[in-house]
Amino acid sequence: MDVSQYLEIFIDETKEHLQNLNEQLLILEKEPDNVNTINEIFRAAHSLKGMAGTMGYKRMQRLTHDMENVFSEIRNGKMTVGANLVDVLFQGLDALESYLSNIQETADEGTEDNEPIISELNKILQEGVGEKVDTQATTATATQAEPAQAHEEGAKYQDLRIADYESNAMIKAKEIGKNIYGITIYIQETCILKAARAFLVFKALEELGEVIKSYPDVQDIEDEKFEFDFSVILITESALETVKNKILNVSEIKSVYIDKMQAPEEKNEGQVEKSETAPVAKETVQAAAAATATAPTEKKEATQQKAPAQAKQQSKPVVNRSVRVDIEKLDVLMNLVSELIIAKNGLVSISSGENENRSESAFNEQIEYLERVTTNLHESVMKVRMVPIESVVNRFPRMIRDLSKKLDKKMELYMTGEDTELDRTVIDEIGDPLMHLLRNSADHGLESAEERRKAGKPEVGSIFLDAYQDGNNVVIEVRDDGAGINVEKVKAKAIEKGTVTKEQAETMTDKDVIDLLFRPSFSTAEKITDVSGRGVGLDVVKTRIEALGGDIEARTKLGEGSNFIIRLPLTLAIIQALMVEIGKEKYAIPLGSIQTIEDVPVHDIKYVQTKEVINLRGTVIPIIRLADILDVEQTNETPESLTVVIVSKGDKLAGLVIDNLIGQQEIVIKSLGKYINNNKMIGGATILGDGEVALILDVNTLV
Amino acid sequence: MDTNMSAEAKQYIVVRIGNEQYGIDIQYVDNIVRMQRITRVPKAQSFFKGVINLRGEIIPVMSIRLKFGLEPDEITNSTRIIILKFEAQSAIGILVDEVKEVVTLEEESIEKVTYNAKDEKSMYLSGIGKNGDNLISLLNIAGVIVEKEAV
Repeated sequence: MDVSQYLEIFIDETKEHLQNLNEQLLILEKEPDNVNTINEIFRAAHSLKGMAGTMGYKRMQRLTHDMENVFSEIRNGKMTVGANLVDVLFQGLDALESYLSNIQETADEGTEDNEPIISELNKILQEGVGEKVDTQATTATATQAEPAQAHEEGAKYQDLRIADYESNAMIKAKEIGKNIYGITIYIQETCILKAARAFLVFKALEELGEVIKSYPDVQDIEDEKFEFDFSVILITESALETVKNKILNVSEIKSVYIDKMQAPEEKNEGQVEKSETAPVAKETVQAAAAATATAPTEKKEATQQKAPAQAKQQSKPVVNRSVRVDIEKLDVLMNLVSELIIAKNGLVSISSGENENRSESAFNEQIEYLERVTTNLHESVMKVRMVPIESVVNRFPRMIRDLSKKLDKKMELYMTGEDTELDRTVIDEIGDPLMHLLRNSADHGLESAEERRKAGKPEVGSIFLDAYQDGNNVVIEVRDDGAGINVEKVKAKAIEKGTVTKEQAETMTDKDVIDLLFRPSFSTAEKITDVSGRGVGLDVVKTRIEALGGDIEARTKLGEGSNFIIRLPLTLAIIQALMVEIGKEKYAIPLGSIQTIEDVPVHDIKYVQTKEVINLRGTVIPIIRLADILDVEQTNETPESLTVVIVSKGDKLAGLVIDNLIGQQEIVIKSLGKYINNNKMIGGATILGDGEVALILDVNTLV
Repeated sequence: MDTNMSAEAKQYIVVRIGNEQYGIDIQYVDNIVRMQRITRVPKAQSFFKGVINLRGEIIPVMSIRLKFGLEPDEITNSTRIIILKFEAQSAIGILVDEVKEVVTLEEESIEKVTYNAKDEKSMYLSGIGKNGDNLISLLNIAGVIVEKEAV
């Protein structure tokens, strides 16, 4: 079956389920008796199995199946949740994740069987269940035989899973003396109209009695969604032979297995369902049924367009990056586009219309309208690209849990603002740097439980991940209540490594020293652990974040913890900017980094260490003469006052001296290409309304 | 754009820079535009004149004269910017004094220049083409454009 077209959906949904499982397992670990959680886990695992099965990923299916068995036993209260079990389950999830990433890259699940995890799971299952109900112990071993069993011809009706109401019906039927038959019907493999034959069989059976259960579902059978066999349970007054003959009367029927079925006894000893067969076999059917249930439409379409592109898909099925978009957002977009067309038509009619309505005001009106539409359009498109940061951070609790075990430190992660939205491109890139910072906090930041006790802190360390929007930026803070950064130690290390000289080190402020951490190959961890400490750390984080147009700064207090603050622009492609003139050239300064614009009399400029500064309402701000830095030809007149744009980078301020303000504008950022090399001072270029090119200043490198 | 009419023959756009004639392999040429306002990019390499807006795309423009160490460009009416697409997605413009013609050169009428490691300028040429009485220096586009590290 060609399922490649569902690959994307499969991957997305599997990710969601895995994430869900991860989260729920974390909860389960803390609250082993939380029924809701167990149910949720079971549901997720179950859907996962069904999906993997539908897509034909056998190994993945098998692993989920075994995990599901465990969940099922937990749900039925036959097993308790132990630390060991949770560990194995997490391993299982990791294995599933690696299947998934394989699938994402190659459309194939790979060949790793993950036998150790499976056998571990089964062992736990046996042990766990064995303590309480011995008979269930066969479950695990029976599992192994399951795939083979599925293909054998036989009385499959025995495998049917009987729901409560069905068993009630059977019990009732028994009471009033009717016969219950389990029937499995095989249709000849050469049969073309399977569904039609099946329909005739059903019709025949319904004449005799009542079909209370069929597998696959009647609906699926009608849609021809079955191989060559189906099973039913029939309640009838007729004798066994009559039923059999009636079925065999339908042409193209290969064989019929029919037998009397026992009505299920009243429920005993907490076992939910009971029939002659092993419980696992029932599970199989249930899983398969689930597969059909979860993806009925998928299957239907897939059968219709069988395998035309399969060979091609094998080579490069790598899934495109996609954004799931709320249909409402698309509707809004659609509306805006139609408005855009109306606006365009308005303009056309004004320019081509016969003089009367060609007045200036009508034209301006249309322009305003157009402006409104484009602004809205921009906003909506941005919204479409926005993804809550949750999709990145939700894997961190699990990571911290693992780290906690690995490092043997007790820690807890607190997250806020997971619903803060960021551009999809940023979301994709921000995961690794954040992970790195969290690892740093866990490994270097937090002290061991013993040290913490000595310092009078709670034994369990806390790591905080806070995200929030701040103007045109999104701020993400990674905080811990650990030891903080020892500035002296960093200094010593810097001198030892030759990054700075002793003299330099002495004059450095604490902040300068902390900034050293972001230099390449600088790690203060005394020993290298496999968690962090190889010195390829913070500088990579910094470059990654700067590549996204953001910046990072560190604050720390010795003994109280450290705080890494990441600022990211909300959007990458279109920004609001202040257009300024320097000499005769036009430049754009991103509005997001501008604090205020000041008119500063020349005599207010003071000198500190031969650098120009101004004292603005009590804050000393260094002044940067853009004309000098950008080598702009200067006009000779010296004005009495300077126009200074105060910009900020983190909490650093600087004043940029410009000649003229033009105004605020929405600009589209374009890259300068890779050939021009300009010390990063220019962040890009934009095209102005008159076709002229204006360069965008990168405030981060200027300040 | 079909340069593979015969395996040996290649088409070149002949341009004048100063007193010399240069040939540019036509397969790299995306466009030829008239001189237009060039926005200076501060702190860029000296031979970059700046960037232009070509139908909504920002394209850096380089001066071959400055790159070759000749006198600075004089902008005249016949000055043109040749837009080269050497790699997909990144176009670059070069300033030339005049665009003359398109010639087809056979393999045998091209003389290879000896590569001299000491003279980096020899990297800029891929050969000398003989077109009748005229000699045309054939530009090695890759050499001219890519070696930004050297500066």
